[in-house]
Amino acid sequence: MTRVRKLTSTGIVYSVLLLAIVVGAILTASNDRNFFSTGNIDNILTTTTILGFIAIGQTLVILVGSLDLSVPFVVSLASVVGGGIMAGSSGKIVPAVLVTLGLAVVIGLVNGVVVSLLKVHGFIATLGMGLILSGYLASNYQGSSGTAPRAFRLLDATRIGPVPIATLLMLAAALLAIWMLRRTRLGHHLYAVGGNAEVARMSGVRTQVPVIAAHVLCSVLAAIAGLLLLARLGVGQPTVGSQGNYDLMSIAAVVLGGTLLAGGKGNITGTLAGVAIFAVLDNVMGVMQTNPFLKDVVRGVVIVVAVAVYARRDLDRRPARFERPTGLDAALQEAK
Amino acid sequence: MLRVRGLTKSFVGNVVLRDADLEVRPGQVLGLVGENGAGKSTLMKILAGVHQPDAGTIEIDGETVTFGHPVQAQQRGLSTVFQEFNLLPERSVAENIWLGREPRRRGMVDTAAMNRDTEELLAGLGITGLKASRRVRSLSVAEQQIVEIAKAVSFDSRIIQMDEPTAALADHEVELLYRIIGTLTARGVAIIYVSHRLKEIFALCDTITVLKDGEQVATSPAAELDEGRLVRLMVGRSMSSFFPDPFPDTTVGEPRLELRGAGNGYVDDIDLTLRGGEIIGVAGLQGSGRTELLEAIFGVAPLTRGDLLIDGSAVTVRTPRQAVRRGLALVTEDRKATGLAVHQSILDNALGVVHAVFPSRTGEARRAMPGMLSTLAVSARSMAQEAQFLSGGNQQKVVLARWLSTRPGVVLMDEPTRGIDVGAKHAIYEVMRSLAAEGVAVLMVSSELPEVIGMSDRILVMRDGRIAGELPRGSSEETVLGMATGSLEVAS
Repeated sequence: MTRVRKLTSTGIVYSVLLLAIVVGAILTASNDRNFFSTGNIDNILTTTTILGFIAIGQTLVILVGSLDLSVPFVVSLASVVGGGIMAGSSGKIVPAVLVTLGLAVVIGLVNGVVVSLLKVHGFIATLGMGLILSGYLASNYQGSSGTAPRAFRLLDATRIGPVPIATLLMLAAALLAIWMLRRTRLGHHLYAVGGNAEVARMSGVRTQVPVIAAHVLCSVLAAIAGLLLLARLGVGQPTVGSQGNYDLMSIAAVVLGGTLLAGGKGNITGTLAGVAIFAVLDNVMGVMQTNPFLKDVVRGVVIVVAVAVYARRDLDRRPARFERPTGLDAALQEAK
Repeated sequence: MLRVRGLTKSFVGNVVLRDADLEVRPGQVLGLVGENGAGKSTLMKILAGVHQPDAGTIEIDGETVTFGHPVQAQQRGLSTVFQEFNLLPERSVAENIWLGREPRRRGMVDTAAMNRDTEELLAGLGITGLKASRRVRSLSVAEQQIVEIAKAVSFDSRIIQMDEPTAALADHEVELLYRIIGTLTARGVAIIYVSHRLKEIFALCDTITVLKDGEQVATSPAAELDEGRLVRLMVGRSMSSFFPDPFPDTTVGEPRLELRGAGNGYVDDIDLTLRGGEIIGVAGLQGSGRTELLEAIFGVAPLTRGDLLIDGSAVTVRTPRQAVRRGLALVTEDRKATGLAVHQSILDNALGVVHAVFPSRTGEARRAMPGMLSTLAVSARSMAQEAQFLSGGNQQKVVLARWLSTRPGVVLMDEPTRGIDVGAKHAIYEVMRSLAAEGVAVLMVSSELPEVIGMSDRILVMRDGRIAGELPRGSSEETVLGMATGSLEVAS
């Protein structure tokens, strides 16, 4: 019997992305527009870039078995703090970026320590952090604040061919994260702690380290996304993060990318496809002027269907002694 | 090489290991045997660094050592393969083996070296064809067992403990394990081998240590023992009148539950008839399919072939809800996980099943509950008390109340007295007898042989997912154990 090579979860996500692009191109063409026009590709890449940075960080945090709900507020904070320090002067770009990222490190450190040492689940720990940050933003900033100098705005405006430089930066960050997960002990231990913290501990892994590291990296990546938004808008916006729904959208992209919400399994490559799928959907529905409600319905259905497929595949069954699994279950078990 | 003196350990005032001695020489296989609760696991866990002893010393090469953490034991060359695997299913074979000690080159994990070392390690054990990059989830149980052993060997261990390593293996896989053990001992590695399967003990071990009730009763060369003597040393306790006799007005009636050639993925070829008024005990080793039998009947993992008859008529039970509607009840093995909602009150717990399945009878059951709880002698401040604050015995009585209030015709019980005190045990035996007197049929799974023998009208012995045979009331522990391990073939 010849066996068909079964798709991995990353394979499934990329097939869906391809399908979305093909269907999107056809629908766009039916509206007498070109999906692959420079303007349209640029729109998709720009959407992908911001959410991409955040979702890379979210992937790390979810892999290690935690969650980060504070990202939208870190994004907003980075945009107003960075813009505030720059105040339109190009000489202040470097200190502004350093202070902003330093602040993100501190936030991530607090998140990581609360999760790993105080044993507060990431959901609650980062919800608390998010509330604190949103309270700070609401009471100290009314409307936009701070301005990005022209030189900093070039970060958003510069393109190499059709590709924005910011997108290249995001891909570089993704490559770094993939390298970290595959080739460093930190990466291996991140998977181990997310998979089973007790097994990791029994094997002599210091389980706090990967948790804290993942939270710090996640906050820093969210801050970079905030700085990019500052470059795009030219001014700091205290609500730019929460308007983007980056907390739930990033979690949705990570899970759509095949990472297990419980941790221990998944990868960055899948997450990037998840982000791109949402970007393509948004773009196509924007071109077709779909009503906003239907847009949300489509997003909702996509994420729920994806998780339903994965859940079926990941059912943890005892191996049967007397029967071989049949039909769909057998195929799904093979796909694991 | 390893010398253990006077090891003692108690948990919450309960002495589980008293004054145990052990001595292991290079290349030796030491068999450690004893019934459930004899203290084998505790002894192993102390040597593995999971528990710390209250008294006694551990010496390796004449040097006294203490282990505060499993990693410390491994660094001293003492590794343990536990019965439950400590593996990460989503990671590769190599990543599991070298977890926490990943080889590095210029600061990076050297995946190539890690895979190469793994394949050398496996080749050294005589294993070929198990790729280091395979994900553990895709491996068979036997292959996972090999990964665990390879991980233990990778610490350059000179002593390896194995807890029931064959519990989940098929016969030809056991052969492979024997070969690996042979390779290891030839290198001078000592093995401490814990098993219930006496055949294996005699096939592998040169010395055997017997534990009973936390004490060491014998250590002797395997050549001086035979299976019969070994079982007597393990069991060696007088049967007390601890188990209540059947109530005088108990009569064995019509069949209430029958299985004909029934099976699913976990059990096969099951034939049994359970009559009203009967208590049938199910014995068997860990992993023999006892719990799986109850789960198959109750629709947790539904039967896929054969017939199920309740009160003489063929029925299908695909879910636990259908099982309850047909008059079945299942007292599960793990009361904290599946028996009770520990944060709910006694009353809510006791009414849980009735409320969910027979809502119209909730009121009636609620009125009857104070009476039922006092018959069961649940001691609690009030019915509003949360179940988590009750002792294990009282929790178990609440579980019984939860099921008895559905007025079942067949009660399935899995380890009904696990982890509860002697008084509560006796009370639960009384309940079982009174159920039988009312014409209810009881099917009880237990890993405590005295309990199976003391309570059962008939004993079904399971092995490898099938019923190995049936024994009459009053059979000896030796006979039951013999049939469960396969050393005694069915006469009939």
